[in-house]
Amino acid sequence: MRVQKCKGTRDLTPRQMGQFRFVESVFRDACLKWGYEEVRTPTLEYLHLFTSTGTLTPGTLGKVYSFLDWDGWSGERVVLRPDGTIPVARMYIDTGKTEPARYFYVTNIFIFEPTGKENRERWQCGTEMIGVSSPSADVELISVALETLRNIGLKDLKVKLSHAGIIRALLAGFGLSPEEQGKAFDRILDGDAAVISQLTQQKPEMVKLLAPLLDMKGANAGFLKNQKAVLTNQLPDFVAAMDNFIQICELLTAVGIQYEIDIASGTGFEYYTGLIFQVFTKDIKVGGGGRYDALIPLLGGENTPASGFAIYADPIMNLISQYAADEAAPVNVYVKNCSIATNHRAFAVLNDLHNVGLKASLALDDIPSVNGWRIEISDSVPYYTVQSADGKKSAKVTSVEEVLKLLGGKS
Amino acid sequence: MSIRIALPKGRLLTETAALLEKAGWQLDGYDSSLRNYRIKCGKFPDVQIKVFQEKDIPVQVAIGNYDLGICGLDWIQELNSKQSAYAPVTIRDLGYGKGALYIAASRNGNIDTMEDIKNLDGTVRIASEYPNIAENFALEMRLKRFGIYPVWGAADAYPPDRATLALISGTPEAKEFTNGIKPLKNVLDYSAQLIANRQSWEQKDLSKVLATLENIRITPASKPASETKTAYSSNIIIRQDADTVRLALPDGHQQKHVVNVLNKAGINMTDYPSSSGNRRPGSSLEGVNITVIRPQDMPLQVANGNFDLAITGHDWVTDHKAAFPSSPIVELADLKFGWVKIVAVVCNDVKANNLYELKEICIQAETPLRVASEYTNLSDKYARDNQLGMYRIIPTWGATEAFLPEDADLLIENTETGGTIARHNLKIIDTLFESTAHFIGAQNSQYSRRKQACIDELVKIFTNAVAKG
Repeated sequence: MRVQKCKGTRDLTPRQMGQFRFVESVFRDACLKWGYEEVRTPTLEYLHLFTSTGTLTPGTLGKVYSFLDWDGWSGERVVLRPDGTIPVARMYIDTGKTEPARYFYVTNIFIFEPTGKENRERWQCGTEMIGVSSPSADVELISVALETLRNIGLKDLKVKLSHAGIIRALLAGFGLSPEEQGKAFDRILDGDAAVISQLTQQKPEMVKLLAPLLDMKGANAGFLKNQKAVLTNQLPDFVAAMDNFIQICELLTAVGIQYEIDIASGTGFEYYTGLIFQVFTKDIKVGGGGRYDALIPLLGGENTPASGFAIYADPIMNLISQYAADEAAPVNVYVKNCSIATNHRAFAVLNDLHNVGLKASLALDDIPSVNGWRIEISDSVPYYTVQSADGKKSAKVTSVEEVLKLLGGKS
Repeated sequence: MSIRIALPKGRLLTETAALLEKAGWQLDGYDSSLRNYRIKCGKFPDVQIKVFQEKDIPVQVAIGNYDLGICGLDWIQELNSKQSAYAPVTIRDLGYGKGALYIAASRNGNIDTMEDIKNLDGTVRIASEYPNIAENFALEMRLKRFGIYPVWGAADAYPPDRATLALISGTPEAKEFTNGIKPLKNVLDYSAQLIANRQSWEQKDLSKVLATLENIRITPASKPASETKTAYSSNIIIRQDADTVRLALPDGHQQKHVVNVLNKAGINMTDYPSSSGNRRPGSSLEGVNITVIRPQDMPLQVANGNFDLAITGHDWVTDHKAAFPSSPIVELADLKFGWVKIVAVVCNDVKANNLYELKEICIQAETPLRVASEYTNLSDKYARDNQLGMYRIIPTWGATEAFLPEDADLLIENTETGGTIARHNLKIIDTLFESTAHFIGAQNSQYSRRKQACIDELVKIFTNAVAKG
């Protein structure tokens, strides 16, 4: 019987791995330039790390891969990390840090997807800025995300903004109890944007006020200022969130980043308390992030503000297929052995070629005619027959130095 | 292709039989005496009907072994809570076998309302036969830290000292349970349902069978759907200090052996076995607190520190150790009763008479070997250690013999005489080990000198009583 790969998983072929490494390296370069430090957290975490904050929705937690460990008789379950941010926040607390930190990571996360047609293992490139609450921190994150995506070669990037503080204040405005608010917020976060329209049906007097905010899409802070002017008296909690949002928008405009304000787009995010942003290219979501000031205190850490973003490697790799294929360089020297007796000499040559920075490999039986130099090794003088790819250059030499000279490598 | 139907044994059998009688199915032998798991149907001779434990039916229908099935909504929900992608289609509520699932707490604990649960510090532990539904409840409640104890039964024995809550089944509108347990919240009202495999429903013509069930109703029996008795309500006083030894005794068919040993040891018990469902019997043993639970649940419950001592079979200890190799469980004394051997069983017409020959077959096989067992961890380890190629473990809840040959290829079963196995046209190809009841405890427990002495004394009393023969 043919053994198949697990449902919902993905193999990365050498070509796809090339694409992945390209995305990763562009992201790493951007992060390092902006002063972020790389971290890595374990694949296994305790389930209660993710339940303890009360921030992931039941919908998400119901899809984590959890199991009893080999020593799990106490009933304590472990999970395959379903999220990148929460483990980094835990690590920040564990290391006893109190000063601000900029972290980045490239990691896989695991979420069950029932059809098996979508990936259940997803790769993310994420950053977290911990200990900073200013709107310029949020603007920095959007800048790093956009810089990365642009350098990867993605075009037509579109930034959509929403604000968790405003969504919460709106829900409070519908006169919902804290429990109902929580449930409605969960549904919005789980991607059920219909909640808002259902609520507006229940409380028609709010519709007139909220409709412009929910339905219209603004392109600058002026839009928000207008909304604030008409809603302030209706929704007192609204003001602080709105002021914060306005500040961020003004800063983004000042640094020349274009965006669309779409309050109802704040779906699919869980622990966010402030700004929520998503980046699209041609309607494909390629990244997103936001501010999560409550997370670290909920995990038992000090009262520490934080925000972060992740770009999604899987959809991005599909978008850059053409680009990355050109990147893969062929092997440029093949070393062909004539007999077992010349093996030692072949490996010594390979070693020398590698040391001078050339890409060289042992020619396997019946090598295809690919672009590259070819060195045949014999067991008697002259040991090396060197031939260029086009066959125009050819020579028999006795020392490695002469080989290198012919190939143009620096010895 | 003929239609396959899974029918329940146990609590739904009588009413299901009445329903199908009224529908004119003319079933042969589907009654409480149930001698054969394969039932002949007079009306539809080409329909294949097999009887399962109710709990197994949603899984059997979901994976497509059966096109139609009848079982309670509670077990359907238990499956759907985790494996919603394979959810069977619920065709009709049959209106009988009514019950409800409750989140319940002890009258003697510190939880009176649902609000109290939210305000608890530390881990909220929930014991239940319905672990998936219990987990969903915990997630919906956004409990910050919880542990689910899946138990084979007797979940009402756990609160308040061994679990914060129990998710248990009771009659609709239940106000009170045995063992001082009170319901806090109704999580699900259930009754018997007619279900279909999703693919069969979409692609297979089941209409001739379904047509006979349309508009057929039976008057539900007045007895409560669940075995939980609502009449009994004692206020249990749990006398316990750091030196108290917490002992678990088994319910079910092991009880008579235990009573026998207790008698020989001169230990007087009150209300064990209990006719009212009391799970905290009294005894003449000083400083010992006794609770009655399922033997299958004991190794885990001793390992996690809920009990100091328990009496359970070596088979269940082995199954536990297969899941948790570094578990602190130790067998303190062999109590010699309840002898069974654990065997690997295949159908008589399988061309293998031993494990080696089965392996040869597995290597050639085009499909995975289906291993059905109540001992899921043990079976998994057995298949792994013996390199049975690609295999799948099918957890069952009893009546495992019925699975061969259609729904499984290999069983890991216990047997005394091998009689049942032979009667079902099956054969034993390997004996894994023999099992008897053992006193079990946890290694490296930091007991006070007084408590350790009490434990040693108890083990000695029981061992001496067994030695009396």
